[in-house]
Amino acid sequence: MLERALSGSAGYKRLLGGLSILMGLGFIAYLTQWENGLMITGMGRDVSWGLYISQFTFLVGVAASAVMVVLPYYIHDVKVFGRITILGEFLAIAAVIMCVTFVLVDLGKPMRVLNVLLYPTPWSMLFWDVVVLNGYLLLNILIGWNVLEAERKGTHYPKWVKPLIYLSIPWAVSIHTVTAFLIAGLPGREYWLTAIMAARFLASAFCSGPALLILLALIVKKYTKFDPGKEAIDKLLTIVTYAMLISVFFVILEVFTAFYSQIPGHMESLKYLFVGLDGKHALVPFMWLFVILAVAGVALLLHPNVRKNEKLLVAACCCVFFSMYLDKGVGLIIGGFIPNMFGQVHQYAPTLPELMIVAGVWATGFFVLTILYKIAVSVKEEVQG
Amino acid sequence: MDKSKRDFLKIGGLCALGLSSLEVADAFAKSHATKFLTNPQASHAKRWAMAIDVKKCWKAEKKECKDCILACDWAHNIPDIPVKRQEVKWLWNEKYQNAFPDMENELEPEEVKDKPFLVLCNHCTNAPCVRVCPTQATFKSPDGITMMDMHRCIGCRYCMAACPYGARSFNWRDPRPFIKKINPAYPTRDRGVVEKCDFCVERLAVGKIPACVEACKDKALIFGDLDDPNSELRKALASRYSIRRKPELGTKPGVYYLI
Amino acid sequence: MKIYDGKYILVGLLVFGVLATFPIWFDHGKVVAPANPSLNTPVIDAMMSKHCILPKAQMITEHMKLLNVWRTEVVRYGKRVYVAPSGKKYEMSLETECFRCHSNKAQFCDRCHNFAGLDKATDPYCFSCHVVPSEKKPGAGKVAMVHKESK
Repeated sequence: MLERALSGSAGYKRLLGGLSILMGLGFIAYLTQWENGLMITGMGRDVSWGLYISQFTFLVGVAASAVMVVLPYYIHDVKVFGRITILGEFLAIAAVIMCVTFVLVDLGKPMRVLNVLLYPTPWSMLFWDVVVLNGYLLLNILIGWNVLEAERKGTHYPKWVKPLIYLSIPWAVSIHTVTAFLIAGLPGREYWLTAIMAARFLASAFCSGPALLILLALIVKKYTKFDPGKEAIDKLLTIVTYAMLISVFFVILEVFTAFYSQIPGHMESLKYLFVGLDGKHALVPFMWLFVILAVAGVALLLHPNVRKNEKLLVAACCCVFFSMYLDKGVGLIIGGFIPNMFGQVHQYAPTLPELMIVAGVWATGFFVLTILYKIAVSVKEEVQG
Repeated sequence: MDKSKRDFLKIGGLCALGLSSLEVADAFAKSHATKFLTNPQASHAKRWAMAIDVKKCWKAEKKECKDCILACDWAHNIPDIPVKRQEVKWLWNEKYQNAFPDMENELEPEEVKDKPFLVLCNHCTNAPCVRVCPTQATFKSPDGITMMDMHRCIGCRYCMAACPYGARSFNWRDPRPFIKKINPAYPTRDRGVVEKCDFCVERLAVGKIPACVEACKDKALIFGDLDDPNSELRKALASRYSIRRKPELGTKPGVYYLI
Repeated sequence: MKIYDGKYILVGLLVFGVLATFPIWFDHGKVVAPANPSLNTPVIDAMMSKHCILPKAQMITEHMKLLNVWRTEVVRYGKRVYVAPSGKKYEMSLETECFRCHSNKAQFCDRCHNFAGLDKATDPYCFSCHVVPSEKKPGAGKVAMVHKESK
């Protein structure tokens, strides 16, 4: 089926070309990092994880796109998702590839990464994250590929795929849970030390992943002959709405617990993020943008016309996706490091090469996604005839 | 045709896997029969720990004494990196309100406020860094030292996120150009790995005490076995009131501050 | 027999073949000076019977494995003394044991490593951390040869 990715319209080729340029720039920036070490980033001894890891935690959420279509389709027999499951699974593949790449570019000694498997350490959450992420990647490749190939041949997918599909559902939950556990169990990092961290991850994943999936489905509908179907998008939108409400609710829970208890350690990171601390407030605009987008997103999702008006739908999904991005892809990780372990505020700002690497990895993900969607859509178009 | 091509590839893949496993089996078969010993002069303990007599330290501080820090920096080739956020530190001074961030009160006597406290790796009994390390590059030695295996570290910096004491430093860049004078008896580090105080494990192995303890002329640093009731350390802890950094986190830090 | 997409497959195979044999044809015909390291140092010259930790042939082929085992024993198990098959004891340390005799890294290590094509600064990268005796590199810190604690 791969050969379907080799031919395409001029627009398809231009898109791949544009993404390749970004990937190339990112690669050049990565070479400088390889040569000089992580000194080229804005990270330091106080904020020791920056954009790389925060993109990773956010993208783990996007990978939930798959489970949110697979689960209703296979467990609850929601037939309308039949056409769209492959899009969800392929988005998950691209998202997990980005996750793994972000972890790799964050390593100080990437050539030693296999030490994680050479010395398996079951009490380390990072070890489990490597296991569940790669497992999820493999599951989605196997499932997506086989189901699509069966569809092309007009047959049923092989029997051994079915248990994998069922396995992929709890497995999807595990990637969010383990990634949340990665940061939730650290003594002294009060912003992260919350029992609802995994729940927050799941909730924000279940809105940001499907929101992006809706946007992609609309793009696919606009530019190809394949229509993922209005009902599927409506159903997804319902999921996004509930998940978004729960996400916002969870953020409010965090704020309440911190500020009603008045425990300084629990308040300080939130203060830094939303109003600034010790006169330092680099992230304040981003966090208020998050609040505005989240409120706008909720308002749009609850608006009765969102299902009829495609423009409203796009706006709602964009609000949801970008608000969750700001919350999880920017605020959550960086906020956890401020103030530092000595109660001091040392801020973090990414450098240009760091941003180029981040853009390069995103471009890589979208390159993979474009190719996978091209294959999927070509097959669907052929089957439709 | 299609089918057989596929089968060919499958069988080929399995064969490749089988062949590569030979190498693994080979490695298992060759076990080393050589002998490795500890140095007979080495000092042993069940739980190495340290107490810092802050009053003695402050007295010396008036003379801007930095003997212990200088000795440590020299012994371990600690670079002096000009970019603050990329600094590498094993043993350094923090103000009271920073070393003990949740213990300050506004009415502290002037002699405590802003006073320097030596900070270093606490060699916690229940070390969060050891718990999170995905490769066991940081691990507990049988004598209670939180060790760092610089050859195994992949530089993920999870330990830095986990350490509640900010005691860990990452080599954001090649440290060599920033080491004024290299101690040829001790390695430097490569960029991309995490490092920290290791209670001078290389000195303990030949029966010496840590470099900082040896360098302190005012005997403000007491090093010894926490599990030995007759050790100088235990006697000091029995006779003076002491505090530890963030004991509420359950890490069981091994560095005590005698007040 | 008809090969589907024959021209792509054959061109692909050809490209693969050329790339796979790169190490063979790339260096072919080039004259590489033999390593010929001069091994002896004053310390070695002064030895009554010149012997290393293991027999010479074994050291040539296995020194990297030995060093790897040493570092594991030292760092992870706190064992710092190696008992050679001869019964002689050695401290497992590059700096204080290996370099005691082999203080001529440029001759002793680099000559062979370069000859074997390991001349990139990072491969083997032992020496980006382990301090080479009287190494003087531009940009690197000055190496003090005196074991004196700076006060």
